[in-house]
Amino acid sequence: MKDLFTVALLWSTMRLSTPLILAALGGLFSERSGVINIALEGMMLAGAFTAAAVTHATGNPIVGLVAGMGAGLLVALIHAVACIRYRADQVVTGTAINILMIGMPAFLSGAFFLSSGSTPQIPKENLLPYTPIVIAFLLVPAAWYVLYKTPFGLRLRSVGENPEAADAAGVRVATMRYWGVLLSGVLAGIGGAYLSIGQSSLFTRNMTSGRGFIALAALIFGKWRPVQTLLACLLFGFTEAVSIQMQGVVKLPSGEDIPVQFIQMVPYILTIIVLAGFIGSSRPPRALGTPYQKER
Amino acid sequence: MLELRNITKTFATVTANDHVNIKVEAGTIHAIVGENGAGKSTAMRIAYGFYTADSGEILVDGKPVEINSPHDAIALGIGMVHQHFMLVDTMTVAENIVLGAEPGNPFQLDLTTAANEIRKLSEDFKLAVNPNSVVENLSVGQQQRVELLKALYRHARILILDEPTAVLTPLEVEEFFAILRRMREQGKTVVIITHKLAEVLAISDDVTVMRDGRVVGRVKTKETNAAELARLMVGREVLLRVEKPEPKIGPTELEVRELSVTSPTGAKRLDKVSFAVRRGEIVGIAGVEGNGQTELIEALAGLIESSQLAGEIRFEGKDIIRSGARSRRELGIAHIPEDRHRRGLLLEFDLAENSILGVHYRKPIVSLAGIFLDDEAIQERANEIIKNFDVRPANPALPARALSGGNQQKLIIGREFKVNPKLLLVSQPTRGVDIGAIEFIHRKLVELRDAGCAILLVSAELEEVTSLSDRLLIFHDGRVVGEVDPKVATIEEIGLLMTRGH
Amino acid sequence: MKLLRELFFPLIAVVAAFFVAGLLILAVGDNPLVAFGLLFGSALSWPDGIGYTLFYATPLIFTGLAVLVAFRCGLLNIGAEGQLYIAAFACAWIGIRYAGFSAWLLVPMCFVAAIAAGGLWGAIPGVLKARFGSHEVINTIMLNFIAVAIASYFTQYHFRIPGDPIMETSEIGPGAHIARLGKFIPGLPERIPLNMAFILALVCCLLVYLFLWRTKWGYELRSTGTNPTAAEYGGISVRKQIIVAMTISGALAGMVGINEVMGYRYRYYDGFSDNYGFTGIAVALLGRNHPVGVIFAALLFAILQRGGIHVDGFSEYVTKDIVQVLQGTIILFVACEAFFSGQFNRFGLLRRSKV
Repeated sequence: MKDLFTVALLWSTMRLSTPLILAALGGLFSERSGVINIALEGMMLAGAFTAAAVTHATGNPIVGLVAGMGAGLLVALIHAVACIRYRADQVVTGTAINILMIGMPAFLSGAFFLSSGSTPQIPKENLLPYTPIVIAFLLVPAAWYVLYKTPFGLRLRSVGENPEAADAAGVRVATMRYWGVLLSGVLAGIGGAYLSIGQSSLFTRNMTSGRGFIALAALIFGKWRPVQTLLACLLFGFTEAVSIQMQGVVKLPSGEDIPVQFIQMVPYILTIIVLAGFIGSSRPPRALGTPYQKER
Repeated sequence: MLELRNITKTFATVTANDHVNIKVEAGTIHAIVGENGAGKSTAMRIAYGFYTADSGEILVDGKPVEINSPHDAIALGIGMVHQHFMLVDTMTVAENIVLGAEPGNPFQLDLTTAANEIRKLSEDFKLAVNPNSVVENLSVGQQQRVELLKALYRHARILILDEPTAVLTPLEVEEFFAILRRMREQGKTVVIITHKLAEVLAISDDVTVMRDGRVVGRVKTKETNAAELARLMVGREVLLRVEKPEPKIGPTELEVRELSVTSPTGAKRLDKVSFAVRRGEIVGIAGVEGNGQTELIEALAGLIESSQLAGEIRFEGKDIIRSGARSRRELGIAHIPEDRHRRGLLLEFDLAENSILGVHYRKPIVSLAGIFLDDEAIQERANEIIKNFDVRPANPALPARALSGGNQQKLIIGREFKVNPKLLLVSQPTRGVDIGAIEFIHRKLVELRDAGCAILLVSAELEEVTSLSDRLLIFHDGRVVGEVDPKVATIEEIGLLMTRGH
Repeated sequence: MKLLRELFFPLIAVVAAFFVAGLLILAVGDNPLVAFGLLFGSALSWPDGIGYTLFYATPLIFTGLAVLVAFRCGLLNIGAEGQLYIAAFACAWIGIRYAGFSAWLLVPMCFVAAIAAGGLWGAIPGVLKARFGSHEVINTIMLNFIAVAIASYFTQYHFRIPGDPIMETSEIGPGAHIARLGKFIPGLPERIPLNMAFILALVCCLLVYLFLWRTKWGYELRSTGTNPTAAEYGGISVRKQIIVAMTISGALAGMVGINEVMGYRYRYYDGFSDNYGFTGIAVALLGRNHPVGVIFAALLFAILQRGGIHVDGFSEYVTKDIVQVLQGTIILFVACEAFFSGQFNRFGLLRRSKV
């Protein structure tokens, strides 16, 4: 048991936390502006596919990364327009985007690469195994600063708490919410890109396998605050790292494997407990999920 | 300074502003008066860019301007303090004040400079408030100061105040007026929206009177009096006086003993209130809004969780404090809520469905195994209410949303009267209701009283409670601070009690 | 006139979605008309096309109804996915555990297992919301993952036939099988898995309609959905309604397990659901949150699903993934509809309590 907690485990935790941190910070900007973002999953998928496809085509992972950000941004734009301009239900729109983004990359890779939903393998030298990790960890203090120490952050938070008051104070509510959602797309896009051109070397169908939702869970677990969210992401990354390491290594006294399913459940159960208020109170932005509409 | 020319604004079917012309001179305090729903707030919200007018133009300093959002209005030096404060509760005073007009550069929020500037403004206008307090911890009066500072911080030259005194006690009103006069001395222009004539006469230089979305008069305050303004506002000579016979008082129906309500955050909303209501009488409750009246009615109707309650609510001798809304209704307690959209109606449902709320599970509404709704019985009930209470349009298949405020209110009143209540809890029965409907509602309440019902009436309109009630209790800070005979007590006497209790 | 208006926006949404998907197909170098022709042609052929389309429609009717009932109470149940997994597993478990029982006993037992397990799993977020005020959307998302993990654990460690490379349980007893409709309908071969669960789904539509619009309980549930504070004023317990609605919703989603386990595979197969729970949201929305609408919307999505498989096999560039693109786009357009029709808060949808 002891030899489990090694440098390798630490490194693995960091690697596995990285996509969560990026997506969760994205979610942070969106939700602090008052727009629920369960579309993080879809935005990550868009980023993952585009980054892999573009890196494959150009041979340059940086270009791929930027393209992944762009794809996340584009998907976020759909979410933003639907939720802000057309005041669609944010959860429904998010669900639609998630379904759309399971289909779209698979469809495109089927058309471009004639494969069933994956991109061709990218050679090792064209991968970006470290850069996104650095970006993720640097972005946490940056997000904190932006949110709490700049006029932009003040305005963003105000439209998430009380859009009417913000409007009356001359803040353009819709503009701020667009910023929040679009930023979330860019960040989730990087998170997705890291999955396909950092952690692995190709895009596979539905490769995020729920990481967008875990990021969302981390955001709630972190009470919509950047530093707490980072800690939550590290915790969830750690559980994933442990579950991978334990597979086939650690046995129960009865000689059976410890079921990975139980470890996989941890983040979800923790989130439910936190949300119910058993561990401190987790108060979301007050206007979260409410479209802002002026009488005209 | 600020001029509205031929402003027209229609919401769905209601014309809120019909060719409105308002001219505000620089350096004056200008009052806009009118009854609820006369279109005062709409006009000013257009000036502040919250609404866009359908037609007409706005002039500032004599020049036509485009105001499409508060952002534009602020740039033109217009500030507005809304009736419901526009503050972000979870943020500090300083954050609220600078929001949208932050000092320093885009990369750094400079709250220190802001705090200093706020302190200076506070001193200039004698608006003491700590910039570092979180808004949700402030009193209503302090929050209002924050709103004023917010406008001043943006260098507003024209301040629009929407019903600023509604939340203040008479004493606070005096202080507030002193602030307004100071602002005028400093060269600011103030527009104050109100429906209280005494305040208009006390503070303003000019008055614009509105009725039914139109401007019906413009006078100098010095050259007018309350009677003239009242006539303009209402469109006829006399204000509401209710004709009613002497009450035939019966035995006690409701007895409240030391009733307290504590909010989930620990604040005492109601503090050991005791009183009784007997059959055949109307007991009125007067007080500045927000002094526990809402909580009292909700507690009596069974809408506040019993964990927040203490004391006794005795109905026909039995303590019912632990019973829920449904069982209280079954005992014969009916309730006309203060906010008909929030509590009283299912706006998307049709009138027929709305007419059974509260009795929807009882015979004759349910038949067949006591589970299935009987459509015929529902239609019959709805038609009867519509007919007896003159609800228009008289179509039970219309959604409640399609009705005007007065007709919505008549539907609710009809529904609650239909159960032949022994005790009726009424809150703000005529808020936002046209004059004709007000008289109708008042008459119906008196009829119900004479039929032997016990009625508890809460109203923010002092005239309404004094003229309808047989006894009048005065509320202050969650307590009953006095009881007067409304036939002999003067408004001054009542007002004094409302302010400071004993 | 009213019907026309009800139909107008769903139709527009579907047409617009096909237009978008058509552009996409054009962009990758195929002919959209040919692709859609293949799609509908194969889905509406007799007997295979129609048989499979109706089979695919069955779970979607259940999940559509599940989402609808929650919607009408002002709740968004995006947990139908988890509810149907738990229910299917419970159904299979009873079917395996009591494999020797006769059909008269075992069929009702399995029915109850599926319905109760789904209902229970749905009740959890209901109770959490009623008791702690925590948002049902987040909780149902979390419970989806938990449900999948639980079912997968039991399958892997306790119910798998040793040596079976597929993550599936052993078979349920023959007494738990329900009849395939091919038995009764001439020309429909019995190999097509369309089964009695489809009839059950139609019956549920009727029951849901009667419940919501003809009973006092339905009145209370809908009142809560459209204005909870007014419902409270009318003597209706909002907390109770939230729990009731989520339980019924979960139970309806759970019936997917009956179709899957008792009528199709006769065992629990890990990961069997093709996003039925999420598609249920689309079905309910497109069906205007009305049981009749749900039937039609479910049929449309079933056609896409069945036709998609065919398109995949017969066109060069277009894969079955176009179906998901279509689904997502349809939901997007339907979600934005409120803006165009000016009917906000029609079902209290936007007025849900905050997270």
